[in-house]
Order: sequence, then structure tokens, then C-alpha cells
Amino acid sequence: MLKFIIRRLLQLVVVLFVLSILLFAWLRALPGGVVSAMLGERATPESRARLTEAFGLNEPLPVQYWRFLTRALQGDFGVSTGVQPGKTATSILIERFPATVELSVVALLLAVVVAIPLGYLAAKKRASFLDNSSIVVSLIGVAVPVFFLAFLLKYVFAIKLGWLPVSGRSSIPDATQVTGFFVLDGLLTREWDAAWDALKHLVLPGIALASIPFAMIFRITRASVLEVLDEDFVRTAQAKGLSHRVVRGRHIMRNALLPVITAVGLQVGALLAGAVLTETVFNFGGIGEALKFAFTLRDYPVLQLLVFVAALTYVLVNLLVDILYAVVDPRVRTR
Amino acid sequence: MRKAAPLAALAATALTLSACAASDRDDSGSDGGDTGGTFTFGAAGAPEVFDPFYATDGETFRVTRQIFEGLVEVKPGSAELGPGLAESWEPSKDGKDWTFHLREGVKFTDGEVFDGKAVCANFERMANQNEAAQSGPAEYWSTGMGGFGKDALYDGCEVKDAKTVVIKVKSATSKFPAMLSLSSFAMQSPKALKEGKANDVKVQGEGFVYPANSENPVGTGPYTLEKYDTANKTVTLKRNDDYWGEKAKTAKIVFKIIPDESTRRQELEAGSIDGYDLPNPVDWKGLEESGNKVEVRDPFNILYLGLQPEANAKLKDVRVRQAINYAINRDQLVKSQLPEGATPASQFMPDTVSGYNKDLEPYPYDTAKAKALLKEAGATGMTLKFAYPSEVTRPYMPNPQKIHEAIRKDLEKAGIKVEVTTKPWNGGYLDNVDAHKYDAWLLGWTGDYDSADNFIGTFFGNAKLNDFSTVAGGYGKELSKELKDADSTVDEAERSAKYEAINKKIAEDYVPGAPISHSPPAIVVSKDVKGLVTSPLTAEEFSTVTVGGK
Repeated sequence: MLKFIIRRLLQLVVVLFVLSILLFAWLRALPGGVVSAMLGERATPESRARLTEAFGLNEPLPVQYWRFLTRALQGDFGVSTGVQPGKTATSILIERFPATVELSVVALLLAVVVAIPLGYLAAKKRASFLDNSSIVVSLIGVAVPVFFLAFLLKYVFAIKLGWLPVSGRSSIPDATQVTGFFVLDGLLTREWDAAWDALKHLVLPGIALASIPFAMIFRITRASVLEVLDEDFVRTAQAKGLSHRVVRGRHIMRNALLPVITAVGLQVGALLAGAVLTETVFNFGGIGEALKFAFTLRDYPVLQLLVFVAALTYVLVNLLVDILYAVVDPRVRTR
Repeated sequence: MRKAAPLAALAATALTLSACAASDRDDSGSDGGDTGGTFTFGAAGAPEVFDPFYATDGETFRVTRQIFEGLVEVKPGSAELGPGLAESWEPSKDGKDWTFHLREGVKFTDGEVFDGKAVCANFERMANQNEAAQSGPAEYWSTGMGGFGKDALYDGCEVKDAKTVVIKVKSATSKFPAMLSLSSFAMQSPKALKEGKANDVKVQGEGFVYPANSENPVGTGPYTLEKYDTANKTVTLKRNDDYWGEKAKTAKIVFKIIPDESTRRQELEAGSIDGYDLPNPVDWKGLEESGNKVEVRDPFNILYLGLQPEANAKLKDVRVRQAINYAINRDQLVKSQLPEGATPASQFMPDTVSGYNKDLEPYPYDTAKAKALLKEAGATGMTLKFAYPSEVTRPYMPNPQKIHEAIRKDLEKAGIKVEVTTKPWNGGYLDNVDAHKYDAWLLGWTGDYDSADNFIGTFFGNAKLNDFSTVAGGYGKELSKELKDADSTVDEAERSAKYEAINKKIAEDYVPGAPISHSPPAIVVSKDVKGLVTSPLTAEEFSTVTVGGK
């Protein structure tokens, strides 16, 4: 098991190295750049030349890349030029990470808590009304783009009905911050109103973002449970007179969940992509939103670090999925 | 019971954690002023730094303007210069020595006294920038004050007594003292500047790192910075209760950073913000109908079509450039594409700036005349590579694509073949304009302060390097000389007359491009907001604002 993890981590280093080169080259091949973004209409040939030289952008690309790499290896990913000028890319990441994690956790929890039981029930009562209607709902979940759902939810529940806030993470400007996870902070400091307020801000973006993994998890759970239901060992277990609960927990779900775990793992990648859209629509100051601004403002240092971290997260989650797989399925462990 | 154990452990951890995570919320309610309340404003972007000297963007200045004051200010509701921390000033005969009479009894919010010494400390600080700051952050000083060291316009500051200082410039210029009204040149506490190592800007990788002073603004204004919460994207200002003038009406201002315009509008309608700047003209009516107040300011900008003789030799002929001016139907464009209150432009500056030539009329829409001129110049059927920017709206250009389309159709009617091209604003458009890659392009300018030099001086002042390649057009050196002469004229009436004459020449003889229009920028506030004084420079001070009924 340890060997397996070490091998995977080594692969990770190679992946990240190649990614860093590709990303660096791709960003610099884009038209425009940080100098235009910073100066706007004020740009004159002189002011451009001054900035280009100060940033070393007139040097050959490999030289620039080497400088970037040596700094990055020492933990210095540069300073933001657009998202939050003057702040290091790392501090922007740290500041914004909790927002995205908070949102993703809510979305994933919502998706898992609803989709797995629903998938099980739909399979058990195949072709029933419940089954058919959940399939339709999940189809819609797959088909409707996240940003559209986000707009729709915002329009109905925030603007028309006014039940939930339109955007942002909190409407209490003087709430105490400890961890950066606003709901948790509210609980820790016993500012119950702040926790409640932060939670309300999470509902709509959480549902919008949950739509992606929800549909996927539901469909896979349903298919997988259907398959397991037909297995001999399930019939045997039932014939032995084991209680429903035991059959459901030890026999059906334990086996049916294997593909579901993979699906959840893969969905983390999709969540990051969805977060860019959801966070932008809801002005939710996380990594997704920062990515968007870093791109439009050509903020290379921030863009590089965030894409890097996204890739890292994706790879790490996949590793975690493989490990979990081993835990759930003893056959993988012994191999 | 087995299942309960982890839960109990979690609860225990939460409890221990909460023991060390105390609430530091201020529960005293409104802090002592006669009128409490909060004015919440939706900002389109975060302030870049809190030291205005290193900023050039409107979102930063919107915040620092409430905290700092300049020697010279703009009279509320106008673009005219008025007293600030200096009550009055006068130049020497040659326009090089300016004596400022300072306001008495003013203190910075850290308790430092504002006097002659403080003024000179500020100017010395601004004039002495390191290489990093000179390369970018000190942009307004570079452009306004001509640069640093040898190139600098600034020639020293002398304390006469506690309430009198003399600031010297190397040559007379219309920019001085008008430019001192810019937020960048506001007065900061000398103690804070020193302690915050204000000038310690560094280049790190591809960005600038700013010193502590840039996070800790100390001015003399009606508000002070309470906190900048980057996680929740809000900037909170608190009333300065020791302010020398009339104290701010509202105890707090909260700037909520909401980059997306439709979200700003939704937040306003949901009542979670009290106002925002630059609502899209298509929303004006809807916003008013839902009970908000859309305040339209006087336009202080110009949208123009630039022409580049270096990219297209045909444009070296002034008749071709005039033909393009005749071909454009400005009235129709203003009516169909621009908000109410927009006007067609006859020159490269709005009529609120001194030096504007009232006798000039916009080029009439005359396709026949355009065709005749093109024929005369042997340019009938010429091709014009005409660009517009995407992914951007500017106050002077709410919808670049539609404006471009309207002008393109006009040009085609006059027999010009238009090659349409576009690039994102930050994604190559501005680069290409500066690199002279387009024959014709759309761009504009919002004035920084009331000065003709800030408009036509910026566009055409540098004969060697400018977007219009005025030298290739055959008039660049002459125009540059005329602009310099007007700029250095001390007498205001004489100076205005010179600028008026230049505007006429630009419009009729030089024709570097086609001035199109001036668009009024709006600001919207909810019906509960009272006392907002709008500014044509989009430089509102919020100390007079009250939010009732909340």
C-alpha cells in the first residue's frame, strides 16, 4: 500500500512539472498581457516599456520560466497584478481557499446525502413513479448548465421571493473571522447570527453546484444497486433470513458503492470547474472567482498558482479514491 | 454508543476551539455620533492599494477620496477647482512659484498636525521614488509631473511658516496646480508615511509589493479605514469624529465588492446595497421604475475614432480623414446607441473643460461630401481595417460592438470598404492600438481633472510617440509645439484662447481622427439615500449622504 502511494506521488511530481511548462507557455502565448491590463487607456509607449522592463517580460521565455521555477520551488509564486495587486499569489490562495472548500463540501454533501438514498430507492422500486421522476430530475441536472441553474435559483429564491441573499458570503461586515470558514467561525465564536447568515449564503450556490455531482451519483448508484440486487449472494442473504437492514448495509450497499466512490472522486474535478461559474454568479469570493479574474486581468502569478492547485487537488483526490477503494474492497488490498 | 463517540469527540473539539476563538465584534451599536447608520455601496472592484499615490484606478480612488484630502480640491458638484487643505493660492509672475495658504486647525487622524512641514514632507516623498515605483506605481506623478530627477516638473517645496508653503515648478504649466486635485496627490500623515515606509515599493516577479503604509491610510478626511475584509470582500470606513469641517452624516460606509454588474443591480433591488456606480444605460429606466434614483452626471469624457496613417498610407491625406468625419452620422449614433444626455462631439474634449471651442460644430453628416473628398484624394473604394474592443464597457462607450457597427455602416455608405476586426480589451486590443496595427479604432478618455492638457495634451502632446502618429500625418511637430505653448501660458484667459484655437485647428486642419461623442455616466442610489452630490469627474464624496428609513 505504501509503495503504491509513493509511486503515485512520484507520478504527481512529473505531472505537475509538465503542467507548469505547458501553463507557462500557454499563458504567454495569449494576446495582450499584464502590461495592458495594468495601464488600460493610460498606456503610452514609454509607460509600457518601463513596466515590461521592470517585470523582465522582455527576456526570452526560457529565462522567464527558469526564474519562475526557481522561485516557485522556494515557495514564492509571485505577486498578484490584478486580482489583489501587491498580495502574494499564495496569500490569495490561502484567503480564498476556505470559501471554495466550504462551498464544495456543502455541494458534495447535498449531492451525496440526497443522491445515494434516492438511487437506492429508485433501484429497489424500479419503474415506479419515484424511479421515473428521479430519472427525469437527474437528466435535467446533467443537461442544464450550472450557470443557468445558478441564475434561475438566484432569480426565483433571492430576487422574486427574497428568501435568500442574492450574492456574497456574508452580510454581516463585522463578523469575527477565525478560520475563514464563515459558518464554522460563527459557531466557534458563538455569533449564531453570523453562522446562520453565512449558511443562508451557502444554500443557493450549494444547490447549483450540487447539481453536477448529484445527477452523476444518483444514476451510478441506481445502476449499481440494480446490478447487485440480481446477484446470488443477495438472494442467499435474504434466504438465510438476515434482516433487511443487514442485507442492505453489508451486502447491497457495500458492493454497490464501489463505482459510486469512483464517481464522487471524479466529480471533484467537475466541482472545480463548476465553482468558477457558481462563484462568479453568486459573487462568492473563492478560488473559482479568483481564477476568472486572474484570467481576464492576465494576472499570471495568481493564475499559475490556482491552476496548479486545482490540478494538484484533482490528482490527490484521485489518489484518495484509490485508497478508499482499497478500504471498501478487500480484493484491491491484497492485490 | 459506538456511533456516538466520534460525534462527542467532535463536539468536545468544537467546545475547546470556541474557548480560544472569542468574538471580537463591537456590540455598541452606532458609535456615538448624532446620526448613526451605514451607507453600503456596491463597488465594481477592490481597491488596489490604500495609498492613492500608487493608484490609477477609480475603485481605489473612490475609497481613498473619503479618507484623504488634497491641497486643492474640486468644488462639489462641478469640475472646477476649489479650496481644499489650502484655502487659497497664488502664482508668481512667471508661474513657477506657487504660494499656498493652508487651512488651520487641521489634524491627521493619527493626531499629527497638518501644517507647512507636513505639506513639504508629502511633496518630498512623492518626488523621491525608487526605481520600482518609478516603473509603474507612481504613474500619475510620472505623467503629471513629467517624471523624476532631471525630468521632474517639481522643483522643491519651501515652508514659509506653519500656514504658508511655496511649491516650485521648473516651468509654468496649466496642469499645476489643477492636478493637485487628483486623489493621488492627497496629503498623508508624515508620521504614517515614515513609520509605514511609504516609499518602499519592490518588484517581485511580475508584480509590485507595497509597504505597510499602503495598508494603513492616515489622512485628514471625514472617514478613516476601519477594515478591509478580503475574505468577505468588503471595505468598511468609520466616521472621523475629529474632522475639521462638517462631520460626516453617516457613521459608516461599507463598500461591498461586486464585480458583476447585474449582481450589483440585484443587490440594490434586494436592498442589500444602497447604490452603485455606472449602471448600464439600458437599466436606467427599470431602476427608476423600481423606485431608485438614477443620477445622470454631466459628461466629462470623449469617445473618438482614431486614424493611423502608418497602418494605411491613404490616411496620410487629410482629405481622407475629413471624408471619414463627414461620413459618420453622429446624431443618429448618439440617439440610438448612447444614453440620454449624450451629445455628439465637435472636438476632443467635453464642453466643461476650459479651452473648449464653443464655435465649433460637429462635422455634419454628409455622405456626398465624403464621397467627393475621397474621389479628390484618389481613395474611392479604399479599404479600412477598423477595430473595436470586446469584453469591455467604458463610461464613454457602453457597447463598443454596436457603436462600431453603426459607424461601419456609415463608412460603407460613403464607399469605404471596412475590414472588421476585434480583440478583447486586455487581450490584445490595447496592444494593437499602441503598436499602430489598426487603420481605425475606437477609444476614449475620461478626464482626470479640469484641464485641456489632460485631454488633447495626453492625445497629441508627444509628437514622437502617440496613438495617432501625428508626425506621419504631417502636422505632429507643429501641434505638439502649439500644445506646449498653450500649456505654459500662465494667464488663464490667454491660455483658454490658445486652446480654443488649437481645437479649431485639430478639427479642421489636422484631423487626427473623428471625435464622436460625450456620454454621461450615471450613478444609482435607492430612494432612501439623500444628500448625494454627484460629480462630473465621477469623484463623489460621501460625507453628505444619509440613508433614511432603514
